[in-house]
Amino acid sequence: MDAAVKDKVKVDIRDLSFYYGATKALKNITMPLHDRQVTAFIGPSGCGKSTLLRILNRIYELYPRQRAEGEVMLDGQNILSSGTDINLLRSRVGMVFQKPTPFPMTIYDNIAFGIKLYERMPRSELDGRIEDALQRAALWSEVKDKLKDSGLSLSGGQQQRLCIARTVATKPEVILLDEPCSALDPISTAKIEELIDELSEEYTIVIVTHNMQQASRTSDYTAFMYLGELVEYGTTEKIFTAPENKRTEQYITGRFG
Amino acid sequence: MNMALYTRRKAFNRMFLVLSVLAAVFGLIWLAFILGELCWRGLEGMSSRVFTEMTPAGDADGGLLNAIVGSVMMSSVAVVAGTPIGLLAGTYLAEYGRHGRLAFVVRFVNDILLSAPSIIVGLFVYEFVVVPTHGFSGWAGTVALGVIVIPVVVRTTENMLLLVPNGLREAAAALGAPRSSVIRAVTWRAARAGIVTGVLLAIARISGETAPLLFTALNNQFWSTDMSGWMPNLPMAIFQYANSAYDNLHRLAWAGALLITATVLSLSVAARLLERKRS
Repeated sequence: MDAAVKDKVKVDIRDLSFYYGATKALKNITMPLHDRQVTAFIGPSGCGKSTLLRILNRIYELYPRQRAEGEVMLDGQNILSSGTDINLLRSRVGMVFQKPTPFPMTIYDNIAFGIKLYERMPRSELDGRIEDALQRAALWSEVKDKLKDSGLSLSGGQQQRLCIARTVATKPEVILLDEPCSALDPISTAKIEELIDELSEEYTIVIVTHNMQQASRTSDYTAFMYLGELVEYGTTEKIFTAPENKRTEQYITGRFG
Repeated sequence: MNMALYTRRKAFNRMFLVLSVLAAVFGLIWLAFILGELCWRGLEGMSSRVFTEMTPAGDADGGLLNAIVGSVMMSSVAVVAGTPIGLLAGTYLAEYGRHGRLAFVVRFVNDILLSAPSIIVGLFVYEFVVVPTHGFSGWAGTVALGVIVIPVVVRTTENMLLLVPNGLREAAAALGAPRSSVIRAVTWRAARAGIVTGVLLAIARISGETAPLLFTALNNQFWSTDMSGWMPNLPMAIFQYANSAYDNLHRLAWAGALLITATVLSLSVAARLLERKRS
């Protein structure tokens, strides 16, 4: 894991605060997200880990009275600046949610939707892209004969992999995963964790999780948050074996949270 | 355990059950009576001539063909023109406006329009269409019916879109989809069955309206598909024949009433089925 320390920084979060109305939910967070590494955000409910994740693609802006202050540099560009094209940003920073969210259309169209937003290509190439995305999400063998079925007809675990395939298909640079396994059974969870491992070869991944084992299994870096503050950040190995902060130690050993 | 208290509760419970069943039965008796009378008399007046011959004058025999066609024409144009307006306004309220001041005002006005007596819509269209164009016309009738369609579609569209989970909007936006693509490809699709239900209910709502047509399309004894002239229509034909002195005309009025009721009923059943399919 030591080699990872020298990694290039893909996203640099600098002195970031976040407000829901007048409530300050994130307090001056500063941390790097390394290129093609998996970073896990852990912490008890309400600590702000999902909030932080939702700033990285500015999805919070769908709702009124939510506001971020500070800087989030993606490849050196501050995504919080008013000049940022929000749709382009989201095409570069993909997101998978806690609950599977297949669109009410066929499995094929679920994936084609994202691709067609920014690219025009012949049908045969589109077919190839869709197969490739489903392969990567380890779903192809299960759905290759029913691409014209509704995405809603799949099981929960399959739906979540469909959502991952949909995100991968648009070729983002960063993938945000917001507790992607919390609604899934252990077998589906194992599949998705395997997937995260493979995807990290090419993508910068951020995962929010409540599951300590999941964080330690899947991530290269871990950030422990508590009450809107970043308590400790470091390589996953260090956080889980020799945490510097007392609270971090208590949390990862299951004594609070 | 206080047995006396429990016994009293049980007695109360039974009494309320009996009262509410009685109230329900009382209400349903009248409904059954109305529907039974309507079916009985309507079927009596029903024959193939109803669908093949024109509305008669005096005590002559005839049918309702011109009235049926006139009603279908005016209702269709009203729905075809009113639906897109209602759909877009409802979409604005649910997707863009939401908590804004404009949305608040639009929603308020829409609610007023939704519950306004239809005769007021008729008077309004009379003042603003019939008077300036110097005459009753099918177009004026269509405008009146359209004004009734719009608020129904606005309301159901907004409600159905609000039922679509925000998670779906977030998921589509997270792929980099602009708001308009999110709406067209995802939220409209997710709410489609509900929105269609709203349109069906709007058709049901206007198919029996008489008051707005009284001031706008008026009526026409003869075959006419000219929307710029007086337009024959079912509700007015029923109104006229039910008030007449001849038995054969009474029978025609009942047949027309049964036709409208059957249409509204099947639209409602279709709407219910769609609703069930959605959930």
